Amino acid sequence: MKLREGAAHTRAARNTERGVVILGMTMTQKILARHSDLGRVKAGQLIEANVDMALGNDITAPVAIKEFDKIGASCVFDKSKIALVPDHFTPNKDIKSAEHSKMMREFAQKYEVENYFEVGQMGIEHCLLPEKGLARPYDVVIGADSHTCTYGALGAFSTGVGSTDLACAFATGKAWFKVPHALKFVLTGKPAKWIGGKDIILHIIGKIGVDGALYKSMEFFGDGISYLSMDDRFTIANMAIEAGGKNGIFPVDKKTLEYAAKHAPGWVMPADYDFNADMDAEYEQTYTINLAELKPCVAFPHLPENVKNVSDAGNIKIDQVVMGSCTNGRISDLRIAADIIRGKKVAKNVRVIVLPGTQQIYLDALKEGIIEDFVQAGAVFSTPTCGPCLGGHMGILAEGERAVSTTNRNFVGRMGHVNSEVYLAGPAVAAASAITGKISHPDEVCGKEVKKS
Amino acid sequence: MKAQGTVFKYGNNVDTDVIIPARYLNSSKPEDLAAHCMEDIDADFVKNVKPGDIIVAHSNFGCGSSREHAPIAILASGISCVIASSYARIFYRNSINIGIPILECAEASEKIQNGDEVAVDFNTGVITNKTKNETYQALPFPEFIQEIITAGGLINKIKAGGKK
Repeated sequence: MKLREGAAHTRAARNTERGVVILGMTMTQKILARHSDLGRVKAGQLIEANVDMALGNDITAPVAIKEFDKIGASCVFDKSKIALVPDHFTPNKDIKSAEHSKMMREFAQKYEVENYFEVGQMGIEHCLLPEKGLARPYDVVIGADSHTCTYGALGAFSTGVGSTDLACAFATGKAWFKVPHALKFVLTGKPAKWIGGKDIILHIIGKIGVDGALYKSMEFFGDGISYLSMDDRFTIANMAIEAGGKNGIFPVDKKTLEYAAKHAPGWVMPADYDFNADMDAEYEQTYTINLAELKPCVAFPHLPENVKNVSDAGNIKIDQVVMGSCTNGRISDLRIAADIIRGKKVAKNVRVIVLPGTQQIYLDALKEGIIEDFVQAGAVFSTPTCGPCLGGHMGILAEGERAVSTTNRNFVGRMGHVNSEVYLAGPAVAAASAITGKISHPDEVCGKEVKKS
Repeated sequence: MKAQGTVFKYGNNVDTDVIIPARYLNSSKPEDLAAHCMEDIDADFVKNVKPGDIIVAHSNFGCGSSREHAPIAILASGISCVIASSYARIFYRNSINIGIPILECAEASEKIQNGDEVAVDFNTGVITNKTKNETYQALPFPEFIQEIITAGGLINKIKAGGKK
């Protein structure tokens, strides 16, 4: 556990109503209040909320389907509010995983689930749902996958649950929650060159630790947000779980509304409700991060909190680079990496595996010539899949091997052998490392001198 | 409800990838998962665990993935109870939902050692270390969670037609 920054609580002005102290609500609490038909909720309160989308994948849905069958429900609560995405071990890597996918496919057919995505349409679930307009601002989304917290980038409350919770939501459309306490992260300033969402969230996890936000909402504020693309925000919200957070959430701004208009044209901004955090909302702690001061960073094995600046990483030789995942498999991530790798060759004896997040991202990469850039450099370009991120397939590490990966976890054995190592970084560092064969600052391959921090 | 067994002791941040590595998630059968439980942190666990034994760990137990396969593997391996100073929230939820008694107790987490013989009374939250002749008081389950456990898990609670 790492030390908390400062000690001051940010309890602002309080209102009183009939002699009872009433605190304002955070962004998360407002969404939960709205979805539980309660005028107001407070941290610690147990509530039941209506869910707008319930998500399962080829690993977690089969367990949920078995539990759903035990409930004995004759139908799902809403055919349009369930998403099933076979993305983890697909295209299926072996017979057992094929059986799981088959089970999910048959469930989707039986209950006429509208948002089932077959191989060919599917993508990595947390890249796919926003793209398809299935996660929208102010929604409540639960998913039997811990990185469901990704949709907080859109101003939704979204969180990972287990398969039993998912089964219950399939039947009832509801889930129980303990209303979370919250931490405030004020992002200020403009990020320097090479700094993306991954550097920002790794910096935060390095500061607060892998349980620094345990059970809590991580709520992001500040003028620095305006400099962050939606893809950067997805990356940041995606890794809230790596700090133990229940969810991560951004305010809805112009970029969010543009994204929603493009991807969820049917969505209408609720006119009668203010989802912004109240001035007197309670935050247990406030962290201020000047984005202009951040440097490209890397998380050393075996926890995402073991964060160092790349310039201080030392000489770490690598065997593999993985670029993709629900954290960094979006088109802007691939563009950043391709811009660095274009016209160069990957280092001898280094395998470079690129996994686009969705079929649309694949198509965009194709049209933009990005796939050719990677292939000419000596990388492989895969169909969308979670694949090696969780040690499933498509790039498993042997004993003693090391990978730089734009994924989200570097736990013991995460990408393969129990004695292999994963170093987490953003796409710029991953691309630079692919060329040099060791963990490298992007400046190193772009003709600039790298100074130690 | 009571449990008694020998303790397997672990440290901080025991993640779901070491509880059940993803390479075994191509099966969802409890017995298949139990055969590899804790494999990447304690290769001898499966050989040594006996029905009723207890896992004790430090903070943030079960961090990482939402895979319900992790508590399923623990339950199917014969473990009767998990005690830690804190849990990752999805693991905590999943454990309650499938009916593993799971207790938070910093003192027990600190003082209990690997191999100690420990008894737990879930009604009172009292943890008795028979090896060291000590007792520790765990946080009782919140009422809402007690209701789920009493019903025999979340699915049974829904089947009973009550409010979840």
